[in-house]
Amino acid sequence: MAAEAVEGIRQPLVTPRVRRWLVSAGLAAVCCIWIYPLLWMVSASLKSNAMIFANEGLVPSQPTFENYVKAWNQANIGAYFFNTLFVTVGSVAIVTISTAMMGYVLGRRRFPGRGLIFALIIFTIFVPQGYTIIPVFDLLTRLGIGQSLWGVMLATSGGSFVIFVLLFAGYFSQMPNELEEAAKMDGVGFVKTFWYVMLPLSRPIIVTVVVMQTLYAWNDFLLPLVVTLANPAIRTLSVGVYAFKGENFVDWGGMTAASTITILPVVILFLFLQRYFIDGLAGAVKG
Amino acid sequence: MATTSSTATRPAFAARLWQSRIDYLFLVPGMLIFGMFILYPLFASQYFSLLRWSGFDANQTFIGLANYAELLTDKYFWDAFGRSFLFTSSTVPIQMLVSLVFAIILNDKLLRLSALFRTLIFLPVVTPVAVIGIVMSIILSPFNGPINLAMLDLQLLARPLDFLGDPKLVLWTLAAIYVWKWVGVTMVYWLAALQTVPAELYEAARLDGVKSWQMTLFVVLPMIMPFAIVIALISAISALNVFPLVQAMTQGGPYFASEVMEVYIFRNAFATAGAIPRLGYASAAGVFFGASIMGLTILQILAVRHLRNREKTNGR
Repeated sequence: MAAEAVEGIRQPLVTPRVRRWLVSAGLAAVCCIWIYPLLWMVSASLKSNAMIFANEGLVPSQPTFENYVKAWNQANIGAYFFNTLFVTVGSVAIVTISTAMMGYVLGRRRFPGRGLIFALIIFTIFVPQGYTIIPVFDLLTRLGIGQSLWGVMLATSGGSFVIFVLLFAGYFSQMPNELEEAAKMDGVGFVKTFWYVMLPLSRPIIVTVVVMQTLYAWNDFLLPLVVTLANPAIRTLSVGVYAFKGENFVDWGGMTAASTITILPVVILFLFLQRYFIDGLAGAVKG
Repeated sequence: MATTSSTATRPAFAARLWQSRIDYLFLVPGMLIFGMFILYPLFASQYFSLLRWSGFDANQTFIGLANYAELLTDKYFWDAFGRSFLFTSSTVPIQMLVSLVFAIILNDKLLRLSALFRTLIFLPVVTPVAVIGIVMSIILSPFNGPINLAMLDLQLLARPLDFLGDPKLVLWTLAAIYVWKWVGVTMVYWLAALQTVPAELYEAARLDGVKSWQMTLFVVLPMIMPFAIVIALISAISALNVFPLVQAMTQGGPYFASEVMEVYIFRNAFATAGAIPRLGYASAAGVFFGASIMGLTILQILAVRHLRNREKTNGR
């Protein structure tokens, strides 16, 4: 009876299998257009300046790595690369540890002042960067790090700080109480419980924070631009590429090569961590 | 009974502080960052906005609300102010719609290469704006830029368009690039929301012979609507922080046609092109802008709460 009923349903003209193939093909076309600018960039970086506008298509007829050598050596992209790496790694370490600790305490513990801190955090969540840049730079100058990479690293840590604290707090608050109670029964202290029990369990959030902060630090522009205005040697990649455009406005090959060097590390990082990242973010939005 | 025992066991305030000392210790690194780079600037800006102050090593003179009085009559300020909100209100709906379509299509687990498509759509998100600025200004160039060449070849245009040099076009070009860059993030939010729809529901709909577009329109969309408010709020706030893109592409030009609020602040405070930096004045602009955003956010939250409460009372 049941089998008859299922067979009785009219077979649609396009079966789901075929339909999925069609959707995939359509998406493939959309994605090609979507990343065309980036494909064009990689292609141009492998061409000589004369060939870039020769309208010869994306595959270079005479590929050359000259642009990369030039960008790395002459345009200081090598130095900028390590500056950015320094700032990014430092700020990721600072942010991950401090937000995890803060989120843990706010999410799981009860203490006087907790409500006040939460209120301050919510209050500041929507403050735009344009609002804070002048006092931040002033503060860095007073601390003597207004012209240094340490200043960029510290101030970059403040970028998405509030959101990360809320992510950790939300995640930790949903964990079962039994874990802490069991740890307490076994005589494990507060710090050790946090370090060996709670922190490893929050891996999805840690990955999300690491990826988001890496993206933020690698992309950040306003703050490094301001800090390095008077000191080109400590430029980050974003600022360096931007300045390169201003100084060599006809060297398209060099510019696109420098650009490719800039995006490669973050793209690779994202490819490796994307599964964790999307799942972590998904969990965070649900929470 | 319960109340008396709880007050009896509740230690004095000082004792409670001492009891939670380890909690406070855990807060120290976080509160340092939060205090220095988020909380302090919030209040310092308000003070700075009351000063005449021309450079970080120059003297500060207290001038009261004079900066604000001048702001209110500054045409460039109001233009930038309006432009910021125009930019946000035009990009957010498009960004949400495009990303929702992507998310619904890519949520199909059986779809071939769906992980690859997701990654490709996400690629612009991980591309620094400085790079996007360079690549896009070449690609959109009116002089043999690939986009103009392609459109001329297809006879879509009679003359090349100067996407970034035409004051009438520039803001919309930037808006399109902005949407392109950030759709990937919004898509991930939508994908997360879609995961809350139970798989049995799709199965049940399939067995009942419900078409998938009907399912999407009448079952899935209403279920994920509560997330839409949160996603809209996050997207709106991000769209107000458009400085890097605009600075990297046009620096507010041509003729200030793409000068949004943060570019205006940056120009007055840092990139003064020979003129005296006006840190106090720029701070006043920042405070005014920040306060407007916070006001709007609070209004939005209140409106959402109001709607939710009404739904609840209607439902019961």
